[in-house]
Amino acid sequence: MVPIILLLPLISAVIAGFGWRVISVKGAQYLTTGVLFFVCLLSWIAFFTTPDTAQHVEIMRWIESGTLNASWGVRVDRLTTIMLVVVTTVSAFVHLYSIGYMAHDENFLETEEYRPRFFAYLSLFTFAMLALVTSDNIVQMFFGWEGVGLASYLLIGFYYKKPSAGAASIKAFVVNRIGDFGFLLGILGLFFLTDAIDFDTIFSQVPHIADTELHFLWRDWNAANLLAFLLFIGAAGKSAQLFLHTWLPDAMEGPTPVSALIHAATMVTAGVFLICRMSPLMESAPETMAFITFIGATTAFFAATVGLVQNDIKRVIAYSTCSQLGYMFAAAGVGAYGPAMFHLFTHAFFKALLFLSAGSVITAMHHEQDLRNYGGLKDKIPMTFWAMVIGTLAITGVGIPFTHIGFAGFLSKDAIIESVWAGTMGGYAFWMLVIAALFTSFYSWRLIFMTFFGEARGDKHAHEHAHESPKVMLIPLGVLSLGAILAGMIWYGPFFGDHDRMAAFFSMPAHHAEAAADHAAIQYGAIYTGPENHVIETAHEAPAWVKVSPFIAMLIGFGIAWVMYIKDTTLPKRLADANRPLYLFLLNKWYFDEIYDFLFVRPAFAVGRLFWKRGDGTIIDGTVNGVALGIVPAFVRLIGRWQSGYIFTYAFTMVIGIAALVTWMTLIGGAH
Amino acid sequence: MNNLLSIVTFMPSIAALILAIFLRGEDRASQRNAKWVALIATSLTFLVSLFILFQFDSANTGFQMVEDRPWLGGLRYKMGVDGISVLFVMLTTFMMPITIAASWRVKRRVKEYMIAFLILETLMLGVFMSLDLILFYVFFEAGLIPMFLIIGIWGGPNRIYATFKFFLYTFLGSVMMLISMIVIYEHAQTTDIVALMNFDFSSDPIKLFGFVIPGGLQTLLFFGFFVGFAVKTPMWPVHTWLPDAHVQAPTAGSVDLAAILLKMGGYGFLRFSLPMFPVGADVMTPFVLWLSVIAIVYTSLVALVQTDMKKLIAYSSVAHMGFVTMGIFAVNQQGMDGAMFQMLSHGFISAGLFLSVGFIYDRMHTREIEAYGGLVNRMPAYALIFMFFTMANVGLPGTSGFIGEFLTMIGIFQVNTWIAMVAATGVILSAAYALYLYRRVVMGPLLKESLKTIKDLDLREKLIMGPLVAMTLFLGVYPSFVTDRVGPTIAALVEHNQTALKEAGRTEAATATAEAPAASH
Repeated sequence: MVPIILLLPLISAVIAGFGWRVISVKGAQYLTTGVLFFVCLLSWIAFFTTPDTAQHVEIMRWIESGTLNASWGVRVDRLTTIMLVVVTTVSAFVHLYSIGYMAHDENFLETEEYRPRFFAYLSLFTFAMLALVTSDNIVQMFFGWEGVGLASYLLIGFYYKKPSAGAASIKAFVVNRIGDFGFLLGILGLFFLTDAIDFDTIFSQVPHIADTELHFLWRDWNAANLLAFLLFIGAAGKSAQLFLHTWLPDAMEGPTPVSALIHAATMVTAGVFLICRMSPLMESAPETMAFITFIGATTAFFAATVGLVQNDIKRVIAYSTCSQLGYMFAAAGVGAYGPAMFHLFTHAFFKALLFLSAGSVITAMHHEQDLRNYGGLKDKIPMTFWAMVIGTLAITGVGIPFTHIGFAGFLSKDAIIESVWAGTMGGYAFWMLVIAALFTSFYSWRLIFMTFFGEARGDKHAHEHAHESPKVMLIPLGVLSLGAILAGMIWYGPFFGDHDRMAAFFSMPAHHAEAAADHAAIQYGAIYTGPENHVIETAHEAPAWVKVSPFIAMLIGFGIAWVMYIKDTTLPKRLADANRPLYLFLLNKWYFDEIYDFLFVRPAFAVGRLFWKRGDGTIIDGTVNGVALGIVPAFVRLIGRWQSGYIFTYAFTMVIGIAALVTWMTLIGGAH
Repeated sequence: MNNLLSIVTFMPSIAALILAIFLRGEDRASQRNAKWVALIATSLTFLVSLFILFQFDSANTGFQMVEDRPWLGGLRYKMGVDGISVLFVMLTTFMMPITIAASWRVKRRVKEYMIAFLILETLMLGVFMSLDLILFYVFFEAGLIPMFLIIGIWGGPNRIYATFKFFLYTFLGSVMMLISMIVIYEHAQTTDIVALMNFDFSSDPIKLFGFVIPGGLQTLLFFGFFVGFAVKTPMWPVHTWLPDAHVQAPTAGSVDLAAILLKMGGYGFLRFSLPMFPVGADVMTPFVLWLSVIAIVYTSLVALVQTDMKKLIAYSSVAHMGFVTMGIFAVNQQGMDGAMFQMLSHGFISAGLFLSVGFIYDRMHTREIEAYGGLVNRMPAYALIFMFFTMANVGLPGTSGFIGEFLTMIGIFQVNTWIAMVAATGVILSAAYALYLYRRVVMGPLLKESLKTIKDLDLREKLIMGPLVAMTLFLGVYPSFVTDRVGPTIAALVEHNQTALKEAGRTEAATATAEAPAASH
């Protein structure tokens, strides 16, 4: 069944992309959307019938060279089916939503048919993402990994007439490639040590990897730490973690449904998935894991600070995504893979919801994206308003403390914060995440208040004509709202419940018993936690103040937002003026783009020019010309004749002569 | 049919002969005839060459379909194919009909143009099939003549300079090779390549001008051949003829140059340098590896700042050839499989890229990137195909570009992680220059007045691209097609080399490459 789930979107993408003239534009839209809903249904069936031990389905041979053997295949275990559900559900509703959202677009002329291309790209992306999550070996995962990068590139640059879209698409691809550079080296290292690239063999070799010193570059490293680190570079690129995050905000140049599907719910979570998939290796790499937590927590904090002051509605949500991904990494870094996957799962629903609602606001406001030009939209687009409020309640983590009743984010985010508290003994990462929770609440409510409350600002005309979106866009909002409300409460147990429920859900062996057992006998479930990993148990026993801290942070954030954007609306401006350097620092995203431009982009071009003009021109060609100078006079005469055409005839006679001679010899020889 | 190889090799020149003798005049009808004769001849050659592929037994690591006859004055005419050469033969016969079809709009001296390409095909096929040193040398050197003429007569405004530079470089390489060949003959008393591959050249250190040369004679011979092949490949720093030659060559010339002629360098390393001078190769390996990765980084950076499309792609070719030499000199299964794969894959991808440039050059008569922008608005089919080859060039998994880069890096990581790390930066840089080019040419609004009437690809152009796209995808999804055929021969070569090194007492290298399987217990 899973191979069908995997291949159907590819087939429909090809048909929609190349055959839309035959099946009409409508046909292409309905085909891709219909296929996705069918695939979504299959995925849920696969989710509820997930086998206890990983199933492998080989589809075709792929790369074979010596001992290297990578085949096209599928692996079905709990991690796969969680991702299947997330990807196909969000993708199906984004397809549906796009039928409405993409119906009219001012970026294209009447005569330009852009819709089939859009739907083909969406389905192509879905295929690549499914290839990533279902792969049975790390090279096929890399195929999906780069495939989603391609789809992301194509969709960010979808409005190809806009120069900013072109720039953003390159930036996304190249920055991702920096991550892929690490990922690739990680794969090379894994193959070097284990002589295999399929997950099962790699996992079975983990004890060996953990004991090996690998000489890499200038010194020996602990192999497990090194390889985990290299893979994490890949994860950080795809998931926009600090230092490799700069592409994600720019990726908002793409159409809004793309932002919801690729740059919020699915592709950007691939890094978290990678870490969880490689959990057996990660468990043996404590230093790298600490680093992952550090980067994750710092990203959560950093992105939240930038989100505080952004004015573009999509950028606020983009930084929010970046920040939430930081939460997931922080959790994965302390070995709490369950909570990390839990947040990935719930986040997909509420973040897709937020983006699609934002898209609905943007359509209502005639493609205005600046929060400063919104205001008072609550009554004009009430359905969108409620959807967005639900999304905000979910992301800020509203619920009843000390119970398991609350919006999706309440359960999953608190699970992360408690796990990180347990994993770091209440250290740096814990406090970063709590502060980030406060900021999350602030910027999310700021967005709501500036958009839906207060007075209408900006273009009057746009406000007068603001209208609710069509049903085809509202239905996805409704369904995702349900997810944002319920997903946390329904799946709290399996992802972060007591040990037995988690173990059953992820097919984990009871790890205490196995501590004494022989290494070779280790059974790896969908995720693996080492014998010393007690994060989840400790997290459950966290003191009350830890459990309630994100809730309090959320309330404070809400309070400040309410004071600044409802009660006293002049306060934000006064604050910004009073702390101008800080405000500019945040508004300009900590100046990362400028620093990178200065450190990497400009030098690359300068060095390129130097190599070209000086290296190739002066040094190499200069030397060659110098050597040649001795024999040049003789050649000048030769060239003179050449141009006259004599040489032409001459050379041809010679070559044809040789050819004739050889032919003759051959025929003679053949007669013997 | 024990003449199959010769038949395939000389079919194109027979067509050339027919053209030369029977076709007169420069009128439209005779031009058309010349094109059709060339197209039919090259297509037939391709069809006949399929028999070679079908007859080829991949399990057999020796030479197959061997023809061995007396030739001029005691020399031998000996031809044959093994796992390394058979696919190059197929690449050549596959590319030639495409080359001819791509030249359909040539107006000047059409007959001579077609003759030049037909002869070129014979000579290129001869290079890949000859099993005699002298025969090889004749094909190898004679192959330059049609290429000079193609660039020198049908080339751009600066063609004389480009031809001159091309000539100087290759001449230097040829001289070194010829000297080495003479020395080889003196020592081994044979020019038979199969015999030479098993001949044990002395590797005792010798003293030359006060320097001790480790590996002795082998190192010197290796170096002699190395110069010739390095120029052909081309490797940094003897690459500067290539951008000029490409820029001045007509589109079809660029296609053949990039797709086939450049592969002779890599082929030479695999056929001569490694099997004949294993110790010499081992001595020189670190040097060659560093040249390879310098090429990757250096030429990628240079590609980034180019203003001429063809030059940019030419520099990117040099970078991709860096992966080839790196893979070959990893001297292990994955590295050399990858190098072979990369050469074949680069044949299709670079052809696709040069044709992409050629198609818009035919329309606008300029290769300046500045002169374009926003082509997607009027040329969606072109934009799609160019995107495809750009992504293949960048090494996106699913295209053949990925497999070659990946395998060579897998191979080299087992030998030297520094080299692997530097080579992997090529993954980032290639994305930067290729997408930057694509953005400037294809994306953006269509503002330039001159582009407002530009037409999308016509049927002929789409038909030319079709097979290239198909091969790039096919090899990306099912690379075993290549590795099945190449693998056994490469495995034998690796073993041959390691045995030779062991006998010569240079075992560190042998154990270093064998460490990978050992480490896995």
